[in-house]
Amino acid sequence: MRLAEAWRVALDALRANRLRSMLTMLGVIIGVAAVVALVAIGTGTKQQIENQVEGLGSNLLIVVPGRLEAGSAPTSSPLTLDDLDVVNRAVGDRSRVAVTIASGETVRAGTRTGYASMQGVLETTPTVFVRRLDRGAYFTRTDVSTGRRVAVLGAGVARDLFGDRDPIGRQLTIGGVRFRVVGVFQQLGQSLGVDRDGEVHVPVTAAQRLLGTERIDGLAIRAPDRDRIGDLSTAVVAALAERHPDTDFSAVTQEQILGVLGDILGVLTGVLAAIAGISLLVGGVGVSNIMLVSVRERTREIGLRKAVGARPRDIGVQFLLEAVLLTTTGGILGMALGAGTALLVDRLSPVPAAVTWWSMALAFGVSAAVGIVFGVVPAQRAGRLDPVVALRTE
Amino acid sequence: MSAIEATDVSRTYELDGVSVQALRGVSLTVEPGDYLAIIGTSGSGKSTLMHLLGGLDRPTGGTLLIGGRDVARLTPNEMAELRNTTIGFVFQSFHLLARTTAQDNVGLPLVYRGAGRRERRDRAAAMLDRVGLGHRITHRPNQMSGGEQQRVAIARALVTGPSVLLADEPTGNLDSATGSSVLSLLESLVDEGVAVVLVTHDRDVAARAHRQIRMKDGRIVETR
Ligand SMILES: Nc1ncnc2c1ncn2[C@@H]1O[C@H](COP(=O)(O)OP(=O)(O)O)[C@@H](O)[C@H]1O
Ligand SMILES: [Mg+2]
Repeated sequence: MRLAEAWRVALDALRANRLRSMLTMLGVIIGVAAVVALVAIGTGTKQQIENQVEGLGSNLLIVVPGRLEAGSAPTSSPLTLDDLDVVNRAVGDRSRVAVTIASGETVRAGTRTGYASMQGVLETTPTVFVRRLDRGAYFTRTDVSTGRRVAVLGAGVARDLFGDRDPIGRQLTIGGVRFRVVGVFQQLGQSLGVDRDGEVHVPVTAAQRLLGTERIDGLAIRAPDRDRIGDLSTAVVAALAERHPDTDFSAVTQEQILGVLGDILGVLTGVLAAIAGISLLVGGVGVSNIMLVSVRERTREIGLRKAVGARPRDIGVQFLLEAVLLTTTGGILGMALGAGTALLVDRLSPVPAAVTWWSMALAFGVSAAVGIVFGVVPAQRAGRLDPVVALRTE
Repeated sequence: MSAIEATDVSRTYELDGVSVQALRGVSLTVEPGDYLAIIGTSGSGKSTLMHLLGGLDRPTGGTLLIGGRDVARLTPNEMAELRNTTIGFVFQSFHLLARTTAQDNVGLPLVYRGAGRRERRDRAAAMLDRVGLGHRITHRPNQMSGGEQQRVAIARALVTGPSVLLADEPTGNLDSATGSSVLSLLESLVDEGVAVVLVTHDRDVAARAHRQIRMKDGRIVETR
């Protein structure tokens, strides 16, 4: 029997039972749609986070006290601004070094109050991390060395405290201490439900006085090029370890952060796809079931086909193709449904989704495989039917 | 060479440990151009014999040659090919595929020899013409009378040019006038050298054959 003819017979059989074919396909459609949509959401989230981490700028090295391994106790930082000299010397360019001390503080302007993440930093921060201003200017080296109480507001903080008014030159209090606004950041938006526009940058010296401490939480260094990251990392960690022999220091690069995040999200996406895959499997069982019913219903037809010369294989192939046609048609419809759902989610909700070709190809391949796997038993049963018994069946 | 040669053929069914001897040593030769009627009471083994003669089943004892080939030595695929090339079956209940046109029903055996759609349709149309249904090629079984359906079935049996046509009670579901015209059609094949073997309950039908065999309890008890 020619393959084209076998396809035609399979298609006719499915058309003859339109409603039943549709209902059987539904299991596969839902399974494939779930795989495609969930993988799209996982991939979209991963891409969004990667974009944000890359948005920090390349060749970034972050140095913090303590170990970055899971389960290690948080270390209280022994770092102070006095450590900056050795770091600057190791890096060779102080404009490439940034420090932070962070604290959540209540902010107030007039009658409006809010909550912000206060970041005590150096004037180098906008160049080390790529941060652009919407209005005003960042504070200067002099502001830092004199501990001037000036602040650069995140877009969200500016909106909450000043509304439509221009905040530049106005006063606010941070933790009850009065500061003057000199700049406002460009809006960044949300990432994983965290508002990134809720920061207030102030000179590190002013922040330390406000918090009553000398400490800094960590350092960030922008290497001039990728090849120097390794050397810089070693040099900086060694310099700091010499000054603080009792403390471990960890240096992480942007690539490492991306790698770890990528791994976590990859696993998450895989788990989602596997859960969706189970529903595809359930769809396959439905196909198997309906094919067995179909073989029983068409016993006489099978007997007749054998009487006129069909080989066991011809009959088996016919039923196998029927199962594969059922699941691949369901697979294509499921791909369309899943991609459509992903696009809607991406457009209408804050959850990002990116439909990928590999997930579509995989879903289609798996649905074809499901047809073969779950069609084999009914097909074999049909192929082996004794024609005499089949013809006698009423 | 005889078209079919059965020597001391038996067929025993095993059912839940009980064996049913449907055929107990049947010897029979079918020559090209033979016109043979098999009669006998219900359960005497007529259908069982027909299935063996047509290569749908294998004997459990004796030897059976179809087209000179010993069916005991044939694989299932070779048996299928044998049925496709040398045998034509006609059944009491027609066994046409529903929702399929007369033309495609007749062309069905050609599917299993790899013929293309055009060739199948041409040959099926010619064969339907031959059985007097040239004007009904696009009709489906439920749009045709019993006599017409049986003619379609005969056209299907003939489309491969078989040397033996086996008909198990071909007139059993038809009124006598329609049955008679179906028989005339079969008899015209005999004149062309096709061997026709038919099973019947009807003495008048049997009387038209050149040779009659009466069966009882799985044996041939009378030959005329
Ligand atoms: N598949 C089978 N299993 C068991 N017994 C069978 C089977 N087919 C036929 N028989 C038995 O074989 C005998 C002959 O049956 P059959 O050839 O159909 O008779 P006929 O066609 O003359 O009425 C009967 O007793 C029947 O019950
Ligand atoms: Mg019978």
